[in-house]
Amino acid sequence: MTILRRTLLAGAAAVTALGMATAAGAQDDKTKVGFVFVGPVGDGGWTYEHNQGRLAVEEEFGDQVETVFVENVAEGPDSERVMTQMALNGADLIFTTSFGYMDPTINVAKKFPNVKFEHATGYKTAENVSTYSARFYEGRAIQGLIAGSMTESNIIGYIGSFPIPEVIRGINSAYIQAKKVNPDVQFKIVWVYTWFDPAKEADAAKVLIEQGADVVLQHTDSTAPQAAAQNAGGVYTFGQASDMYEYAPEPRISSIIDNWAPYYIERTKAVMDGTWESVSRWDGIGAGMVGIGEITSAVPDDVKAAALEMKEKIASGEMHPFTGPLKKQDGSDWLAEGETADDGTLAGMNFYVEGIEGEIPQ
Amino acid sequence: MDLSQINPILLVASLMVAATPILLAAIGELVVERAGVLNLGVEGMMITGAICGFAVAVETGSPWLGFLAAAIGGAALSFLFVILTQFALANQVASGLALTLFGLGLSSLLGQSYVGIKPPPTPDLHIPLLSDIPILGPVVFSHDLILYLGIAIVAGVWALLKFTRAGLILRAVGENHDAAHALGYKVVRIRVMAILFGGACAGLGGAYISLVRVPQWTEGMTAGVGWIALALVVFASWKPWRVLLGAYLFGGITVLQLNLQAAGVAIPVEYLAMSPYVITIVVLVILSADKSRAPGSLGRIFHATS
Amino acid sequence: MIVLEKRPQASQLWSLATPVVAVLATMVFGGLLFALLGTQPVEAIRTIFWDPLFGEFAFYYRPQLLVKGAPLVLIAIGLSLGFKAGIWNIGAEGQYIIGALTGAGVGLAFYPLEAWYIFPLMVIAGALGGWAWAMIPGVLKVRFGTNEILVSLMLVYVAEQLLASMSLGLLKNPQGFGFPGSRNLNEYESANSWINQNAGLHWGVVAATIAVIFAYVLLNRHMLGFHIRLTGDAPRAARFAGVSPGRLVLFCLGASGMLAGLAGLFEVAGPAGQVSIDFNTGYGFTAIIVAFLGRLHPIGILLAGLLMALTYIGGEIAQSQMGLPAAAIQVFQGMLLFFLLALDLLTNYRIRLKSREVA
Repeated sequence: MTILRRTLLAGAAAVTALGMATAAGAQDDKTKVGFVFVGPVGDGGWTYEHNQGRLAVEEEFGDQVETVFVENVAEGPDSERVMTQMALNGADLIFTTSFGYMDPTINVAKKFPNVKFEHATGYKTAENVSTYSARFYEGRAIQGLIAGSMTESNIIGYIGSFPIPEVIRGINSAYIQAKKVNPDVQFKIVWVYTWFDPAKEADAAKVLIEQGADVVLQHTDSTAPQAAAQNAGGVYTFGQASDMYEYAPEPRISSIIDNWAPYYIERTKAVMDGTWESVSRWDGIGAGMVGIGEITSAVPDDVKAAALEMKEKIASGEMHPFTGPLKKQDGSDWLAEGETADDGTLAGMNFYVEGIEGEIPQ
Repeated sequence: MDLSQINPILLVASLMVAATPILLAAIGELVVERAGVLNLGVEGMMITGAICGFAVAVETGSPWLGFLAAAIGGAALSFLFVILTQFALANQVASGLALTLFGLGLSSLLGQSYVGIKPPPTPDLHIPLLSDIPILGPVVFSHDLILYLGIAIVAGVWALLKFTRAGLILRAVGENHDAAHALGYKVVRIRVMAILFGGACAGLGGAYISLVRVPQWTEGMTAGVGWIALALVVFASWKPWRVLLGAYLFGGITVLQLNLQAAGVAIPVEYLAMSPYVITIVVLVILSADKSRAPGSLGRIFHATS
Repeated sequence: MIVLEKRPQASQLWSLATPVVAVLATMVFGGLLFALLGTQPVEAIRTIFWDPLFGEFAFYYRPQLLVKGAPLVLIAIGLSLGFKAGIWNIGAEGQYIIGALTGAGVGLAFYPLEAWYIFPLMVIAGALGGWAWAMIPGVLKVRFGTNEILVSLMLVYVAEQLLASMSLGLLKNPQGFGFPGSRNLNEYESANSWINQNAGLHWGVVAATIAVIFAYVLLNRHMLGFHIRLTGDAPRAARFAGVSPGRLVLFCLGASGMLAGLAGLFEVAGPAGQVSIDFNTGYGFTAIIVAFLGRLHPIGILLAGLLMALTYIGGEIAQSQMGLPAAAIQVFQGMLLFFLLALDLLTNYRIRLKSREVA
């Protein structure tokens, strides 16, 4: 907010001024990194982990960076305004961390060609817009293996948020591996139609347990299902988004952790060095974006060994969780023997694989 | 699809737990409305109770102190509503909504250092003999103390309104505050007490979510339960036992629809998900043959002119 | 002893002065809060109230006030009609969603045809959608005496489920690689509500302005407006005056639903651009506060809507510039509302010191 900058901009008309403001902001020697969060940083899940990534950036670069964030930003016009505001105030790099920010990110990026944008989980890129997402399904495969081995009742419960490709992919991936180690396994899937409602998640977990599930997987972010499993006793769960280690060693026997820190540090560095380019990054276990939380003592050694072996194989690229022969739920062929799924199909996955019961709500 | 997978006993047991936060908040609000005051800030008082209860339970290790703190916290927030509506004579609808906004913000500020912590467990009661009755025992007699407290409060409110002089005065104030004032009753004092009671109940309901039902603390974790509680008071036509019925009905359908999903019933999930709300409306239409109406002075500002 | 004495007439002076006093009081107490949280209080207050209007980037924020304020004003105007008559539609959020769904649905049905009549048809569909959704509590109330508070509120949740279902199914963008959400109407010329995006002008802003004028005329010059006010103040007298309560219920709920539906349509076809699972952001509930802050008066609502928009926008700036948590902004907004509501007392009452014996 220097006087100089204000006079530079005084009277400037809207559109032209937008570009100039960026130039003015870039004069700062500190690299300014903005984060737009869809939830509160205290949600203990999705946004919490993104914020951990932000803190890692601060830790890594110290005085060289300044990070700013706005939490609880609604998708749509509010997010567009927050991004514009960050860009106006001299941000060099902005991470927009929700799928619904996709079109707003593209819109704002058009107005600020000198600012770099990174949009999480979307598919639209531009000269100055990258996308990044994590291959959580790789972690799901490991969960499936452990879950299939651990279940006594052969019923695995699955709490889904909304029936979108991301969630469906996870269900399929877990199911395929669970079926491999336990041909009798059955998945019970409950859709709660919310991203965040701890009470409803707790209800869903209880219902699944009451109907015989002794392993519960969740694609919602709260620890409510963990607590429900603990109360029921003899039920296993996995941490989601964050480690949820407070529920180890039982019911939480492992977890999938979103680890955005390496990517955020790498991209910030690229902006500092002037080497930033638009990319579409979809990283998994290998690159460290998907972490597998400690497998606890509740899991027998042989199962743990198998899980860790799978983790190694996935990390090295030796194994792909979706490898044929695989059929779709309706019995039609999907992948031939040895064939692996292409990223396009995975990204838009809207079908169950053979063996899963029930329909995907539309 | 296999409906036999749904165990009715467990269903009833879990609907009682699911309904308790709504029940507590709704019975408190019922008393408030019976006194002629409409406090739309239930959600804000619940979430404040949720964090106060959680924080104190974690710090002291005692869930009971937590619940006590939740009641105090909820009542404290409702005191703001008292100042606004009873002393500054502000509009009740707007004040209540402002209270919700304020409570949501305040609770997140208070709760910043409590994310990702496990609270001390609230023990389930084991009542000798009663809990061992086959079928009925696990359903009805093996819950935690607060769940029974909720039912006890409903019974207490019912008895108070129906049989006591205090209840009569409360109703008089709610029906026609000018007449009650003319008869020499302290309208404002009675309303203040009712509002504080409502705040305490809402706080308890919030803490039931953060200490028993979920149990954890996350921002905004009440996720709209306060609004459902408000709707239930209307649903119940301002009658205590109907609040219990409504809460169990609503909680029951919520749990049942999840059960149906898990059992693979061939009803589209989105229709199941909206069923608790639709069925509540349908039941209300059926019940509306009963012409009992809202307290006469509900939501109106009282100012003693003499 | 302090005694409140009702003024024979609302004080003109205080009705203008109280908002100013309330804002000042909020600045003081909000500043204390910010200081407690370890931020510069003066700078925080300046960031929230001053920067959006007169700061360095005001050229961007001023139009944003219109974008943020228009739906609030549009919905609040509709609600105020019913509130005046004692008809409680608190489900505007649901009507807003349905208006967006029906309006966007009509637009998307024509895709990719470009024609002048598409947008007007969307407007009609949006208005009808909101109207129809509000007619459910309306008809139930008139026919069965069902309480409209409960029904309209419950229908919000039903509408949210419909929205999710539509985003995932019927209205999903066929070219969206299976991701949820509809096509972006900003990329569809004929179905776009923007007039001038840089000026923050879209048809919703125009509609909000018309609604304010219309409501003003209706309430002050028209028989129906008189009936509405009479019903609210003295329901029995209204009946003697020949007001049909049923028709009034249907009119008030219908009008508020229609305006909420329009707000949804203009939002989805402009600022938001697409139908998505989280399309609604609580305008329908915030508008209730706006309606009462504006004392149910059209001009008051206009000002209240802009003030709310200002605190939202300023709050976002304070968050990113000063690292204030979103929760602190919420508390601050709550305080502002408290003071606005509490100090309104001075408009209608005089504070007197009286000796105790009289009371």
